[in-house]
Formats: sequence, structure tokens, C-alpha cells
Amino acid sequence: MLPRTFQYFAPTAVEDVTGLLKEHEGDVKILAGGMSLIPLMKLRLASPGYIVDINRVEGLEYIEESEDRKALLIGALTRHHALESSALTKKRAPLLSEVAGSIGDPQVRNLGTIGGALAHSDPSGDWGAAILALRGSVSVLGSSGERSISIDDFLVDTFTTALREGELITRVSVPIPPEERSGGAYLKLERKAGDFATAGVAAQLVLEERKDGDYCTYAGIGLTALGPKNLRASKAEARLLGRRLTKEAISEAASAAAAECAPTDDPLRGSAKYKREMAGLFTRRALELAATRARTHRRRGAR
Amino acid sequence: MTLKVKVRVNGKESTKEVEPRLLLVHFIRDALGLTGTHVGCDTTNCGACTILLDGKSVKSCTMFAVQVDGREIMTIEGMQAADGELHPIQKAFWENHGLQCGYCTPGMVMQAAWLLRENPNPTEQEIRLGISGNLCRCTGYQNIVKSVQEAAKAMQTGGKGRR
Repeated sequence: MLPRTFQYFAPTAVEDVTGLLKEHEGDVKILAGGMSLIPLMKLRLASPGYIVDINRVEGLEYIEESEDRKALLIGALTRHHALESSALTKKRAPLLSEVAGSIGDPQVRNLGTIGGALAHSDPSGDWGAAILALRGSVSVLGSSGERSISIDDFLVDTFTTALREGELITRVSVPIPPEERSGGAYLKLERKAGDFATAGVAAQLVLEERKDGDYCTYAGIGLTALGPKNLRASKAEARLLGRRLTKEAISEAASAAAAECAPTDDPLRGSAKYKREMAGLFTRRALELAATRARTHRRRGAR
Repeated sequence: MTLKVKVRVNGKESTKEVEPRLLLVHFIRDALGLTGTHVGCDTTNCGACTILLDGKSVKSCTMFAVQVDGREIMTIEGMQAADGELHPIQKAFWENHGLQCGYCTPGMVMQAAWLLRENPNPTEQEIRLGISGNLCRCTGYQNIVKSVQEAAKAMQTGGKGRR
């Protein structure tokens, strides 16, 4: 399959990217990992006249801590595989490594980028759920300057984000969960290896130990393939926050997530009813796993 | 409009004029004449077109040739030694009957090359996950997994892991 013809640019400076986006507004697409854009172009579902390849732009591919060490800063062009294998990610935000390792297949993870995936806003995408669970934000740059958008505002609808014409994502920022008693989990139901999710749930918890049990001081739950976009299960989060984390509380949160998600019937991956049930089941399992990890997650003295 | 692409392929420099929309796999097969890299599904699923780009495995049906300008690629043709001796991975596929029709084999070998560089001593599960982006419709994967296991052993003990 051959895409329609286009003009190709591969600038090395980010200012040249925004310049080209402005110049060709309306008929231009950014090429990052290409794992969604190129198939769309081959199927001729997208036929932009101009392609701006950002793979040669300096300074967009990194994973580092912010100066105050409170946030993990991820360059937009960072490959899924880098996030999957990075020691810093595994240590500071292990949920991100788990999500990265669940995307597509190894070859796709070698090319695909976090910025590209978020910009695509596929409801079956994994990153949106994870960044929702961690309450991250997206930095975008346009010819009129840079702005930061919370992930809740960034993901607008299916294949629709808050990016304006002429803007590109430069960075994803994720608050780093506390070193102790925090845990995350990403569970995804797939028909087969590498398939898009039938349903997926990203959960992040922070617990506080009190006399009568563990209390939930942070709850983040993001859903994959369970609505028009990656959704925050805010009612489920509310069932947990500030409460003692019991089996019942987790069950209530799971039921809330199943009730508040918005899956659709699809001939490949099942009915809305089935997906809603899976939303409840996977929310419960993800919360249980996140809680187990939080309870065993202690600072290691040696480090 | 065409653009010049200068790329190191299996250690040798090549320069070609290409249309931006030319896919890397067609560049490799048609412009460079290296037909060992196969087109399978053409939709980023099957992995038959897997090559190494700057050492990382990628599906060459889902990249444009212009993207590899100034970079280095390795295809199945680059695996065997100059004297014709098979790479330990190729040898392991040969000896363990890691193929039937052979269509997926170049992609499997290239993916195994990347996998064993990342993880020289993988478990069976890690191998299965590592080749999860490569489809084989003949073997049921048993002998492919065995081939990769044997290749890992040979490359660790035999000192043949030159790549």
C-alpha cells in the first residue's frame, strides 16, 4: 500500500517545526514514531500534503527528573521501549514502565513515541490511561509560545486533543508518586498478543498506615478502550480517596468504574455490556495489585 | 519530487533518489535489490519485514525510506559472515528446524538478533514475548523458540556473538 504523494521535511530545530506547521497549516502532519500515522496514510485515511518528520529534532528524547525531583519529565519523542527499560522510570514511576511494555509489540515499541501516542488520542491507546492515573500534564509548543495542559483537558475526544493547529507536544510531565507505600498497576484484556485492548485499567494508589488499616491518600484510575477517549474513572477514585482500603471499598470502586465508563458495541472485541463487565473486573484486579505493590513498596536503605 | 537517501546497508554505503512516500521495505527490496526482507501483511502486524535500524528492530513496512538517510540498516543478507558462514542465529534455525515455509524467517532472525543483544540469556517466556510481533503460520512457534534458545547458548559459549 502506497500513501498519496507528500512533501517531506526533516528539520533539526524545534523552531523550524513550528514554522513549517504554521506555513502549511491545515495540510500538515507531524511524523514521530509513525506507528499510527503511516498505517493511516497507507490506508489513505489520512493524506497530508506535508509531513514534518521530528525524528531529527534535538532534545525531544529524554527521561529525567525535574530539578525539585517531584516530577518525571519525558521528552515527546521518547520511545515506548526507552520508558519500558529505563531504570529511572522503573524506580520512580513503575506504572509507566508497565504500561510501556504492554504497548503493541517490541518493534512497535522501538519506534513508537509517548508524544505521538497522546497526540493521536486513540481511545484504545495505553498512555492516556496511565497519564490520567498519575495526573500528568502535556507541554505543547506553538509559534506563539509554550503552554502546559493537564491530561484531563488535553484528551478531548476520539482522535481529538487540545492541540491547536501549529502546535506540537514537547514534553509529558508526571508527578512522581511517594517513595513509600505507593503502587501502580496496568491490566489489559487483549484477544491476542499485540492487539488493541478490549478493555484496560491503569491504577495508582498511595496508602497511609493507621491503627485500623491502610487509608488511601491518592487514587488515580485511567481507562483504556472503554469510552470515546481514555477516561478518568473519577467516581471510582472518589470511592477510595480518604477511605480505608478494604475489599468492600475496592469492590465499590470497581462497580463505580463499570457504571461510569462508556464502552460501545464492536464486532471485533465484544458488546458494550461485556466490556462494562470487564471494566469492573479489571478495575478490581488493578486496584488489588496496586494495593499489594503499595504495601510491599518500601524505600530500600541501600540506595 | 525526489530526495537523496544515503544509507549504510549491511556495512556498505548506498545512495539513491527516492520519492518521500516510498516505504523502507520497498526501498530495500526494489531499490537495493535485497529481497530477503519480505512483505507480509503490510500493516505492521506480521513482522516479516523486520530489519535492524541503528541496531534496533523495526518493521520496514511502517517507515519511509527518506527517514533512514544518514543511518545504518541491517537486513537478513547482512547476517552471515563474509566467508559465507551462517550467523549463529541462522545456524540455530537451520539445525532446530525453526521454519517450515520460511516466509517469516528473515523477520524472525532479525528480531531474534535484536532480542539477544538486549537480553543475551532470555527465558522461554521472554523469547515468546520478544517475538510476539512476528507471526508464523506454519510452525506453532515451538521450534522457533527452541532455535532462539539454542542460538542464545551458542552465542554465549561459542564466542560467535559477533553482532
